[in-house]
Amino acid sequence: MGQPMISLLRTIWLVFLHAFQKRITVQYPEQKPYLAPRYRGRIVLSRDPDGGERCVACNLCAVACPVDCIALQATEDETGRRYPEFFRINFSRCIFCGFCEEACPTYAIQLTPDFEMGEFHRKHLVYEKQDLLIDGPGKYPGYNYWRVAGVQIGGKNKGEAAHEARPVDVRSLLP
Amino acid sequence: MTSPYPILSILAVVIGALTIAAFLIWVERRLLALWQDRYGPNRAGPFGLLQVAADSIKIFMKEDWIPPFADKPVFILAPAIVFVTVLMSFAVVPVAPGIIVSDLNIGLLFFLGMSSLGVYSIVLAGWSSDNKYALIGGLRAAAQMLSYEVFMGLSLMGVVLLAGSFSLPTIVAAQKKIWFVIPQFPGFVLFLIAGLAETRRIPFDLPEAESELVAGYHSEYSGMKFGMFFVGEYMGVALISSMIAVLFFGGWLGPVLPGVIWFLVKTFVFISFFVLLRAALPRPRFDQVMSWGWKVMLPLALANMLVTGAGVLIWGSR
Repeated sequence: MGQPMISLLRTIWLVFLHAFQKRITVQYPEQKPYLAPRYRGRIVLSRDPDGGERCVACNLCAVACPVDCIALQATEDETGRRYPEFFRINFSRCIFCGFCEEACPTYAIQLTPDFEMGEFHRKHLVYEKQDLLIDGPGKYPGYNYWRVAGVQIGGKNKGEAAHEARPVDVRSLLP
Repeated sequence: MTSPYPILSILAVVIGALTIAAFLIWVERRLLALWQDRYGPNRAGPFGLLQVAADSIKIFMKEDWIPPFADKPVFILAPAIVFVTVLMSFAVVPVAPGIIVSDLNIGLLFFLGMSSLGVYSIVLAGWSSDNKYALIGGLRAAAQMLSYEVFMGLSLMGVVLLAGSFSLPTIVAAQKKIWFVIPQFPGFVLFLIAGLAETRRIPFDLPEAESELVAGYHSEYSGMKFGMFFVGEYMGVALISSMIAVLFFGGWLGPVLPGVIWFLVKTFVFISFFVLLRAALPRPRFDQVMSWGWKVMLPLALANMLVTGAGVLIWGSR
């Protein structure tokens, strides 16, 4: 009986000593928590360095999304460049897993270190394309998908992309 | 020594007890947070004091639901009993010389009797809920409180022997020379443990035992009826703390400051200690509680009474 009794008294004393320790609570609204640069918060659509939309409406993010909160419609402009006609994320469903960011082939969709998205009405949590688009390139400053892709769009023919060789003339016998 | 204005002192004690019970909710949350490296409720008002107001508004606005299978009259009566018995006990607590509702010559017995009646509330609540968890909680409460009631009374007999009276103001007055905690240290420890068990506080919260029995005897209660159980429990804590202060730490006696302040300070120290125990200790198994009570505490209480009685016989009372 003796040892458990001493252990109980020791427990009480040690818990009492906690009164003089540092608080671990973060007093949130006044004191912001540190969010890592790769924190998975509010989703944005970024632009390439030239200011065009990066999103090519490939639908991979919508497919990867486990809760189906991304909806978009692909379309093409007159130069053959694909872009989403509308792009909608329902943040009341989003679980901020970041799978869309991993799935995106053009670094268009990105998660940002911001979680303060509270709204009083649920429908206000549905973000349209103009709410999602940001003006800059986000985490990948120099990257421009259409400059490195081998796809022909207006103002850029085959073989004119960065690191792209001229197309092979299959009718020529010369090497 | 009863107060010249009985109605005034009754009102003062009732309002004081209810106010203290209400603020104890905030005090307990802040103190628990203190010992768990948190802040606790600190947003509503200065230091979060208005949390009490917010909580009471919330609990009054909540739906007060009586399950259709419950035994309705008993179900409604049960929370009132715990409330009334604890408030009745406050009638004999001497706050300061002259500030006491009723100076009974058997005040201590009255206190013990009222705290025994309190068990009815728990048992009836468990019984009338017609819910197996509530019933198990009620049964545990009955066994635990009856067992600990036995040596709660016996542990106080040493104090009664030394003071030669059952009247609480006389017991306080008898501590002028030395607080009874020193000659009656075993009695103090026994009474503290019995008081914990009587108020069903952690580590003796087996009737509630939220990890085993949902919420024990008050599983089916909601709204203000549930609130009554809680206020009753907090008033019980305040009552046991004030009784410890009165019986073992000289009640209102103390230098410089007025008696009321000394009494409140001593009571608050023991309330804080109860909260510290809640922060520190785990809940024992039910058979451990029972065997601890009957096999350890009861013989110790008897031995304490025997030794004190022999001492009083040899050296005489004061």
